[in-house]
Amino acid sequence: MSASVVDRPLPGPSRPYRFPRFERISLSNGLELIIAPVRRLPLVTVRFVLDAGARHEARELAGVASLSADALAEGTRRLDAGALAEQFERLGGSLSSYATWDATHLRTTVLSSRLESALTLLTEVLRTPAFVPREVERLQQERLAELLELKTEPRGLADERFASSLYKRSSRLSIQEGGSERTVRQLTVENCHAWHANQFVPGVTALVIAGDVDVDSVVRLANDRLGDWKAAESPSPVVDDGPAREHPSLRLLDRPGAPQTELRLGHVGLRRSHPDYFDVVVMNAILGGVFNSRINLNLRERNAFTYGAFSSYEWRRDAAPFLVSTAVATPVTAAAIREVMVELERMQVGLPSADEVALSTSYLDGVFPIRFETTAAIASALATLRTLQLANDFYDTYRDRIRSVTRKGVARAAQQHIHLDRLQVLAVGGRAQVEPMLGDLELGPVSLIGDDDE
Amino acid sequence: MSAPGATLPIQTFRLHNGLLLTLSADRTAPIVAVNLWYHVGSANEREGRTGFAHLFEHMLFQGSEHVAANEHFELIQRAGGTLNGSTWLDRTNYFETVPSHQLELALWLEADRMGRLLPAMTQGKLDTQRDVVKNERRWSVDNQPYGSWWERLPALCFPPSHPFHHSLMGSMEDLSAASLEDVAAFFRAYYTPDNAVLSIAGDIDENETRLLVNRHFGSIPRGNGRPPLASMEVSPTFGGWLRGLVEDDVAVARVFVACRTPIFGSDDYYAASTMAAMLGTGRGSRLHKSLVRERQLASAATAFTFDLAKGSDLLVVDTTARPGISAEALEQGIVDVLDELRLHGPRPGELDRVLAQMETEFVTSMQSAGDRAEQLSRFATYYGDPTLLNDQVARYRAVSDDSVRGLASARLGPDNRASLVYVPRSDEGAA
Repeated sequence: MSASVVDRPLPGPSRPYRFPRFERISLSNGLELIIAPVRRLPLVTVRFVLDAGARHEARELAGVASLSADALAEGTRRLDAGALAEQFERLGGSLSSYATWDATHLRTTVLSSRLESALTLLTEVLRTPAFVPREVERLQQERLAELLELKTEPRGLADERFASSLYKRSSRLSIQEGGSERTVRQLTVENCHAWHANQFVPGVTALVIAGDVDVDSVVRLANDRLGDWKAAESPSPVVDDGPAREHPSLRLLDRPGAPQTELRLGHVGLRRSHPDYFDVVVMNAILGGVFNSRINLNLRERNAFTYGAFSSYEWRRDAAPFLVSTAVATPVTAAAIREVMVELERMQVGLPSADEVALSTSYLDGVFPIRFETTAAIASALATLRTLQLANDFYDTYRDRIRSVTRKGVARAAQQHIHLDRLQVLAVGGRAQVEPMLGDLELGPVSLIGDDDE
Repeated sequence: MSAPGATLPIQTFRLHNGLLLTLSADRTAPIVAVNLWYHVGSANEREGRTGFAHLFEHMLFQGSEHVAANEHFELIQRAGGTLNGSTWLDRTNYFETVPSHQLELALWLEADRMGRLLPAMTQGKLDTQRDVVKNERRWSVDNQPYGSWWERLPALCFPPSHPFHHSLMGSMEDLSAASLEDVAAFFRAYYTPDNAVLSIAGDIDENETRLLVNRHFGSIPRGNGRPPLASMEVSPTFGGWLRGLVEDDVAVARVFVACRTPIFGSDDYYAASTMAAMLGTGRGSRLHKSLVRERQLASAATAFTFDLAKGSDLLVVDTTARPGISAEALEQGIVDVLDELRLHGPRPGELDRVLAQMETEFVTSMQSAGDRAEQLSRFATYYGDPTLLNDQVARYRAVSDDSVRGLASARLGPDNRASLVYVPRSDEGAA
């Protein structure tokens, strides 16, 4: 019996999808509520997001946002670390608190019957952390241990050293998000208290709730738990997100005998507020975003240099890195760099094919509903909306705007937002094998860097 | 008894060729997940071909009779879908989540490679994927601190004759030896409808979907039966304390301690899984509290079960030392925590807290069509019954202090431990 052949099927009619409706309501102290009722399963995600990220830190205090966010989970004035963890567990949740470049986040997901208790507990963590010296010092030691471990982890090491090296030494952005060994070592419990006192104010805070809830009762509850939180001014940061160098550079971090070279190529990208956002997103998908992108097909499927190669623009308030990232077998290190450069150049010459644009736009358009299956993902999208100051209709218009990106728009985005004249290259691998290959790349002399993090 | 609102509608059918089909409709969003499990993994590899099941998984993206190389990725992404595949010790899965009006495309692609893979296989494609996989090995194992743990731990915990003993990623030598004849033989033996489960979850009409599946998969011929495996049976405990020591390019020590525990899906599995959560899920867990917060021996400490469904499962404790703390001190710290649970059982309230977390986690994961389809395939493959998914919350709730105490006493003792210890290379000096 042989298998019968059936023709490649055509898609049926698509069913409409809308990002969940949400309401934004401000309390009198300036705190904003963002509430999205999603009544599918009896679940609710509760999160606070504050404009208090690494970008808000002084350079000398790099790491205080992360340390303070971690320390929020280590106890309140009423509950010690163990008791606090148990309270969350009793609700069937767990507390996640962390800082990114742009914001501090606190979040938990619980069955919706436990919304009131979860919000009450999360509010206690937000407003009355204990910052017990023993716990803060322990977290500080753990962060230092993490930085020590990073020195033996080529992938993470390449990511961190590359991103930091893009910015001027004087800028906060030249030190990784969680701080360097030097700055973390200097932090104190007093720094955490001061950070909390100055940065954790209602005017920079949003409470985001997505799940099986009704808006009126959430507003009542939020007013009751947060209405008496006193408004205060918080300082606005001045961030220098300009590039460190206006010329290409080639750096090598030696890891003797490494079986692979971790490669990062790129430069400072652009701010999320840039009007070319959609053109750049589609351009990047073609270049190195989707599986059949130019870079992955070249480096993986044509040359078998690597398990994978991709490009990305990171989107933040400040101009964040654009980079191509891959790990290649040591003997093909220089050839891989050359192929990436070929693809970057090719992206800037002529127009991408209509088919390439269609692949990327239909991918980005089509996966949109798949990105928001969970209450946690919806709450996260709403937190992003607020942190990155996106328009209220951003998610409603996203798919149309992606679909309207043109071949010309993509070409223009590549010409304007890929900068070969200031391409920064970092190789983390075995110097003895790699260094002799790098001379022919016309990227200037190879500079060796150590594994210090500043 | 089940989780509130989380009982799934589940329909099961068997096609004439043996393919087991599971459907679970949920029309709240226009999304559908297609998930195909083949009951084959690294355990089925023959001698001298370690890593082949995984290399073969890569070949399944290299086209089939009507699909060009890498076109599978392209067509699904163009349709607005996500996709991948993964290889495990005893199964290989392939999955797509697509907008629901693209369901038939995903089915057609999966059927073409199940029914008509071999015409598309060439030496050139095999050579390329072999190099890609060798780079995957360098990336995930060889150039990664502690990267070898997930091949060293099964090697330590299962005897050399056991199908779970050898490396899933395989040796460079065995990868080099793989041939097109191996591809054809493996395909004919294992990639057959009667050795597969197809699960579809999300925005579907069950009757229409059943017809579609029949149309695309119905004429693919049944296989000739799987080649027999060496016995999976092992005794419930190691019968001693097994030890492995690795000097690696690492800055601090890392200590794993594994114990044999009842297989995934058995009644005692739920007690084992609960026990793992008590030991090592989250900040309230015993390992975190003792080793990270109080004694400050570790910067991270977790525990989990491997969820193996044959022979024996493993409960694994995974801890990373604080700089300056020796592997011996850390291992003793782990043993203290294991002994405390083994000798005194759960504390008042502890079980309820762990079960409350597990319930939320379960309901949370059921939001995703891809997760639902994956779980349906898991229960259908291992137990022939995907509706077991709806019993999971009840089976966790049936766990008692006594069942945890009994299991801890039987399985966490010195006669059932395997320590895998990573230390910094001595020539670099201990941290």
